[in-house]
Amino acid sequence: MEISLTVNGTEHTTDVPDNSLLVEIIRERLNLTGTHVGCDTSQCGACTIHMNGRSVKSCTVLAGQADGADITTIEGIGTVDALHPMQEAFRENHALQCGFCTPGMIMSAIDLVEKGKPLDERSVREGLEGNLCRCTGYHNIVKAVLDAQDKM
Amino acid sequence: MTSETGIGASVKRKEDARFITGAGHYTDDINQPGQLYAVFVRSMYPRAEIRSIDVSSALAMEGVMAAYTGADLAADGIGDLPCGWMVKSKDGSDMIQPPHPPVAVSVVNYVGEPYAMVVAETLQAARDGAEAVTADFNEIPAVVDLASAHGADQIHEAVPGNQCYDWELGDREATDAAFASADHVTSLDIVNNRLIPNAMEPRAAVGMYEAATGNYTLYTTSQNPHLARLVLAAFVNVAAESKLRVIAPDVGGGFGSKIFVYAEETAVIWAAGKLARAIKWRADRSESFLADAHGRDHRTRAELALNADGTFVGLRVKTVANMGAYLSLFASSVPTYLYGTLLAGQYRTPAIYVEVQSVFTNTAPVDAYRGAGRPEATYVVERLVETAARELGKDPADIRRLNFIQPEDFPYETPVALTYDTGDYDASLKKAIELIGYDDFAERKASSEANGKKRGIGFSCYIEACGLAPSQVAISLGAGVGLFESAEVRVDVTGSVSVMTGCHSHGQGHETTFAQIVSDKLGIPFENVDVVHGDTGRSDYGLGTYGSRSLVVGGSAIVKATDKVIAKSRKIAAHMLESTEENVDFEEGTFSVTDSNQSITFPEVAFSAYVPGNYPLDELEPGLSEKAFYDPENFTYPAGAHICEVEVDPETGKVEIVNFVAVDDFGEIINPMIVAGQVHGGLAQGIGQALLEHGIYDESGQLVTGSYMDYTMPRADDMPNFVVDTTVTPCTHNPLGAKGCGEAGAIGSTAAVMNALTDALGVVDVPMPATPETVWRAMEGE
Repeated sequence: MEISLTVNGTEHTTDVPDNSLLVEIIRERLNLTGTHVGCDTSQCGACTIHMNGRSVKSCTVLAGQADGADITTIEGIGTVDALHPMQEAFRENHALQCGFCTPGMIMSAIDLVEKGKPLDERSVREGLEGNLCRCTGYHNIVKAVLDAQDKM
Repeated sequence: MTSETGIGASVKRKEDARFITGAGHYTDDINQPGQLYAVFVRSMYPRAEIRSIDVSSALAMEGVMAAYTGADLAADGIGDLPCGWMVKSKDGSDMIQPPHPPVAVSVVNYVGEPYAMVVAETLQAARDGAEAVTADFNEIPAVVDLASAHGADQIHEAVPGNQCYDWELGDREATDAAFASADHVTSLDIVNNRLIPNAMEPRAAVGMYEAATGNYTLYTTSQNPHLARLVLAAFVNVAAESKLRVIAPDVGGGFGSKIFVYAEETAVIWAAGKLARAIKWRADRSESFLADAHGRDHRTRAELALNADGTFVGLRVKTVANMGAYLSLFASSVPTYLYGTLLAGQYRTPAIYVEVQSVFTNTAPVDAYRGAGRPEATYVVERLVETAARELGKDPADIRRLNFIQPEDFPYETPVALTYDTGDYDASLKKAIELIGYDDFAERKASSEANGKKRGIGFSCYIEACGLAPSQVAISLGAGVGLFESAEVRVDVTGSVSVMTGCHSHGQGHETTFAQIVSDKLGIPFENVDVVHGDTGRSDYGLGTYGSRSLVVGGSAIVKATDKVIAKSRKIAAHMLESTEENVDFEEGTFSVTDSNQSITFPEVAFSAYVPGNYPLDELEPGLSEKAFYDPENFTYPAGAHICEVEVDPETGKVEIVNFVAVDDFGEIINPMIVAGQVHGGLAQGIGQALLEHGIYDESGQLVTGSYMDYTMPRADDMPNFVVDTTVTPCTHNPLGAKGCGEAGAIGSTAAVMNALTDALGVVDVPMPATPETVWRAMEGE
């Protein structure tokens, strides 16, 4: 099937197999490999992206469902020279180690803050429970999100 | 300059820029022209004889390029996956190592063991092809239960009684005598639960072969690419070592599970040669659960003998350790030299005797997982100590202080073969007690009780042995590899520096820490130092990263190489300054003649080394690049005190960690921010073991916890905020004074949590993981 979608501000029209997943299109077709695949049960959140402004796990979305959608991936939120405040907060607070969960974690965290409810430690922990990290024990991730909340 | 980026500074990490922008290069991000995809066909039986495998339907499918079985690999001379540590039994006999073909040939021995591989033009075609492989199995009842595995139906023809070895350490007679005359004996039956490592990046490989040169390249998720190359060349016979380049690019966590050489990487690089095409494989998470090496899985009877005043007089430990179905690369060393040797803990226990029987079962292989043997040892010792304190009516801190090895006792030779170099155990305990507010605990407990909750506090004063060494001792004890590390400090013409290390960073931040060391010592900007790792084509043979070794062994090699650069630079500078070496000082990147205003900078010296106009070519070779190999004299001995406070809801059995303090002595610290992060992550894994994680096989041998729906990974809302701090006694035998920090969190924390929980409930033991159901049952006296 043919789908059209806007990814990080660029429109793409592409022919995809009916059963292909959004994450496959992002990684394999568009070569945006910052979005990672860490599980096969939609549990780890490494593939989290923004679809029409909300965070979704792109391993759980069929490419066809993203037809017409506005997609943002980790590559679309900031650059090394102009980081998104959440990216900056992750670096400043040492909220990443191996970096594999980081893109998904950042995309989830941005959505969490953008929802607009004031966050405290508890609500950040609850808000990020769909994203697994094996390295940090979450301590510095929570710090980073609270830090970014004040700057976003 | 050095104050902000040098040794001791919490420098923000160099590697973060790529990771936070999605620009990391993990193995699965690498694609090659004309790349094929591999999918493995795995046993659904825990144990079965393979009568036949039929790949013809798979081969007939569109896009399928090849389908291989274990027999194809064997026919091509591909050898077994080896175990790299020969442990001897009590009677002096060698451990028994059963055959371990990368792809099963005649039998399968655990669910998930690969018995065929399909290679196709697309991943989907490879998956479809794998579905089309058929096999005829004769299922055999599996041996699953660890306690009864010895003497159960024999799994491997070569392994009578399913026993790999029956090992001992310590003085049995002296220990028995200590028990005979002791005033009190505390006993515990301990199960150290099986864990599944679960680095967030699943294992992956991209194998390539160039027919015209015969060169192989393997991109893979490895913690130690040189070791992978050695095993694939020398044991598995894929290619000559010089013809095989192994690259471990960005690797998304390891925790031990990526040390080992596995079936899939082996088969991928072999098949790349057969087909002369690039082949990619990435594990699904389900495959990671089934086929990554698991961790822990001990059953132990442990006894501590004490005098009435609480002095420890003897420790006796008998452990059965699960090896799984085959011996993984370092499986044999984990419950022996990394476990039995640690049972002295922080204490002056004069007599210790440990027996470890390792057995095979029809489960995934078990090998090193963060801490590897030391968490198991700490759990035994610290659960015993806390229980003994309760039985004797002693304060848990006091009984530890009474038995601590004292600062003046170092170097201290334990009864279990280690010599601790330094430590101040009471300093860590004292600080931890202050930070958690131990004096006010009774008030907090009363307040919890007023709210209908049970509160408990638990201590864990752990020791670990890191930077496994020295090579000659380890080799004499059965290690199949040296345990040194390599480094090269390559100075460029303009004075920037590349540092090649044989260590590998997969989250540890070496690119930052190692650059701090070199920039500090050379007095050049931090930005001008790049660290290169993870590529056998770029750095000398090294052992990679495991066992909290990178800074203490790899960092020390870097210091040695840097010192050589400085020594040569000083000679060059002396020539350029028309002085003598003895009269040239080097400070903050500048060479100067003593008591004069003549000076020259490090980059000027470097330039002269490569453009040797004014240069002593009759005495010195041009160029400025130095190598070093560092072989440690001893292990390092990080130690610390972890204190946990829990609150239990008696209605639901839910355990909440309300306070967690970790005070660790890692010796000298290069980057405190990174060190704290390492501790946080370790704590989460240790707490995960205590409260959440459990790799479970059912009676038939099926893995019940084979996905994130079933295996409880620690999530953000399961974890508390941690309070971490440090004390410092520098290591006496390495140039950095460092001890290593990678595993401490996972080693110390588990016992602290379980000591707190048993305190809250007023019970002797609760099995791990202490899920709400388990806790509720413990409260009900079940």
